[in-house]
Amino acid sequence: MSSLLSERTDPGTSRIKDISGPEAVRLMEMGLTPGRKIEVVRTAPMGFPIEIKVRGYLLSLRESEAKCITVE
Amino acid sequence: MQQSLDIALIGNPNTGKSTIFNGLTGMKQKISNYPGVTVERKVGRMTIDGTEHRVIDLPGTYSLNHKKVDEKITYQTLIGEFEHERSPDLAMVILDASNLDRNLYLATQVMDLGIPMIVVLNMMDIAEDRGLGVDPERISETLGVPVVPVVGKRRKDIEKLRQAVAGHDLSRPEPLRWQSDDAMNSAIEMITEKWLESYTDLPPQSHPIEALRLISDNQLSDAFKNHPDRGKADEIVAEARKLIENNGGNPSADEVLARYNFIEQCTDGQEDESAGEDTLTDKIDAVVTHKVAGPVIFVGILMVMFQAIFSWAEPFMNMIDLIFVQAGNWLSTTLPPGMLNDLLVEGVVAGLGGVVIFLPQIMFLFLFISILEGTGYMARAAFVMDGVMTKIGLHGRSVVPLISGFACAIPGIMATRTIDNWRDRFITIMVLPWMACSARLPVYALMIAAFIPDQTLLGFFGLQGLTFFGLYFFGIVMAVLAAVLIKQFFPTGEQTPFMMELPSYKMPKWSDVFKNMFERGWVFVTQAGKIIIAISIVLWFLASFPEVEVPQDVQQAQTTTETSFNAQTSPESYKLKNSYAGMLGQAMEPVIAPLGFDWKIGIGLITSFAAREVVVGTLNTIYSVEGDGEVVTLQQKLINDVDPETGEPVFTTLTALSLMIFFALAMQCMSTLAIVKRETNTWKWPIVMFVYMTAFAYLCSLLTFQVGTALGYG
Repeated sequence: MSSLLSERTDPGTSRIKDISGPEAVRLMEMGLTPGRKIEVVRTAPMGFPIEIKVRGYLLSLRESEAKCITVE
Repeated sequence: MQQSLDIALIGNPNTGKSTIFNGLTGMKQKISNYPGVTVERKVGRMTIDGTEHRVIDLPGTYSLNHKKVDEKITYQTLIGEFEHERSPDLAMVILDASNLDRNLYLATQVMDLGIPMIVVLNMMDIAEDRGLGVDPERISETLGVPVVPVVGKRRKDIEKLRQAVAGHDLSRPEPLRWQSDDAMNSAIEMITEKWLESYTDLPPQSHPIEALRLISDNQLSDAFKNHPDRGKADEIVAEARKLIENNGGNPSADEVLARYNFIEQCTDGQEDESAGEDTLTDKIDAVVTHKVAGPVIFVGILMVMFQAIFSWAEPFMNMIDLIFVQAGNWLSTTLPPGMLNDLLVEGVVAGLGGVVIFLPQIMFLFLFISILEGTGYMARAAFVMDGVMTKIGLHGRSVVPLISGFACAIPGIMATRTIDNWRDRFITIMVLPWMACSARLPVYALMIAAFIPDQTLLGFFGLQGLTFFGLYFFGIVMAVLAAVLIKQFFPTGEQTPFMMELPSYKMPKWSDVFKNMFERGWVFVTQAGKIIIAISIVLWFLASFPEVEVPQDVQQAQTTTETSFNAQTSPESYKLKNSYAGMLGQAMEPVIAPLGFDWKIGIGLITSFAAREVVVGTLNTIYSVEGDGEVVTLQQKLINDVDPETGEPVFTTLTALSLMIFFALAMQCMSTLAIVKRETNTWKWPIVMFVYMTAFAYLCSLLTFQVGTALGYG
């Protein structure tokens, strides 16, 4: 079952399936490559941005960026 | 004998790059702006065994893909394209050893450029604490370049780096060792031969990375947008992409993925499992980014910060004020009277005082900001606030500068440097002066005390207090509206990339914190200071010339006790009225009359361009108030002032309101304009700011006065 990261913001771990959209290259450059484990750590008070852990570091993403990431 | 080298420091943000830069160069640093852009350029010098080397601290960046201006500068400096500076002799790539994968990405890009390099593994202590098992030798073997593991905070490790520089044979790394795909290689060759070599004058060492960028970028990159033969480039790039696609590849993604595959050979991609858990950061974050506690803590920190720049700075500011007044007095009595005396005392010394007075606020604010940045908290504050701020077109990081603007716009505008996205930073700068700064307070205080009735509303709210609050609130509303409006002028979609790293918490290095604090003060004094002093001298000239003979009857007149006002009761007042500033004020009267202002306020508006609070002093002079700062007397005189023709009072509650609204909105602060020039690196934006703010001020005052008059409140 795959879904967009923007729709799966409850804390928990999943794996990146695909990166697409306008920010795809930049997201991959930050280490979000397909196959990687990605953990949603928490969400900000208004729901976004979300804080994720990938390749051992913490990164915050806005909704528009989370939409570029498909996880499974 | 060793040759003198140009050494470039490159690295991701939050890798401790500036600590290493400071460690290598000590106090021998120079800060300026890169020409034409808003990125700061830091160059330092270090001497090893008697040879002096130049160290260039390049902006922190995650990639050389140059979508952002600081990436572009880093890239152009490395390939020797920036302002015809030659490419550096040695690149020192600083990596966070506790976050290797992503940090190595940039290192592989730098390797492609074939510049002799040293990889510095910084924060080895943290990596070891987390049991990450970083293996410098393996990284060195895989990359084929020297790797130096360090803890940048340690003096002996800085020495290790100096030795690594001295011992470097300046051999170039093998580029593209991560490249395995034949189709990709042919595509790179195709673009290099058919486009880069034939149609551009880019240096050959940049060709591979330039070709990769063209392949991964679906649109032709900005650099070639205006190229006369770009149609040709479009064709070649499309062909190259097709070549990769036909081979089953993805031209937009393959390069990045290949680099990460290569990187994982150095690191095993070890961070996937629980190794490297940073429990301290997790624990702190559970509190400071909590949905409820997070914003509360942030507001608390803001309040302390605000208190510091508002109240703690005040004694220092009073002291500076006193010193400059004393210096002026001393100078004016020591030098023979005359024009030079006046110029020095009222132009130069007063102007210099007007510059130095801001230092306490700037330094207090940057003490806090350096600590918040250094510990890693600032990114959390931005994370917590971003949801609200994006609603009005700003960034989570805009909050701290905007709140600082309530004390003073200058440190606030300097603080926007923490916003790394230019659009967000620009909008924050443009709306920030509408936060009601402390220089508006004396004006508000004078006008409210004199013209707003001391009554209570609903038996509870004081009308005077409400007016104060209303003016502050009005400024915020205008800033928000302006932010939404300015955002419309930016074509780049609805949102700018956020993708902000939340670095691990650590103790800041205190010497870096204090250094940053003094650095900001120094940048302000040296770079905005000269503009401020120049304008001060112009304003002094306007208010002091032409010199007029003061008529006998004015010279003899004593302080007036009459209720009807006579503007020519003292020599100073007479001189000011007949100066260029006075003439301008009178010439302006038709323009400002619809706002309810007369020529006396006109003069005040001109002199208050130096700083808003100056209007009080000017009115003191015009109304011949004896002694400085006798606000009560001035208040009474304002209330008593009547129009000689109509016999009506010059000031009413409505005029006062109109004037306060004008002061709330108009750009009347040369120091702010000077710092906007410094921070945006062009005169265009301070001029736009001046025009749009003053136009809005005029419009709102006009509306207030005309509607008020029509409703019978005149």
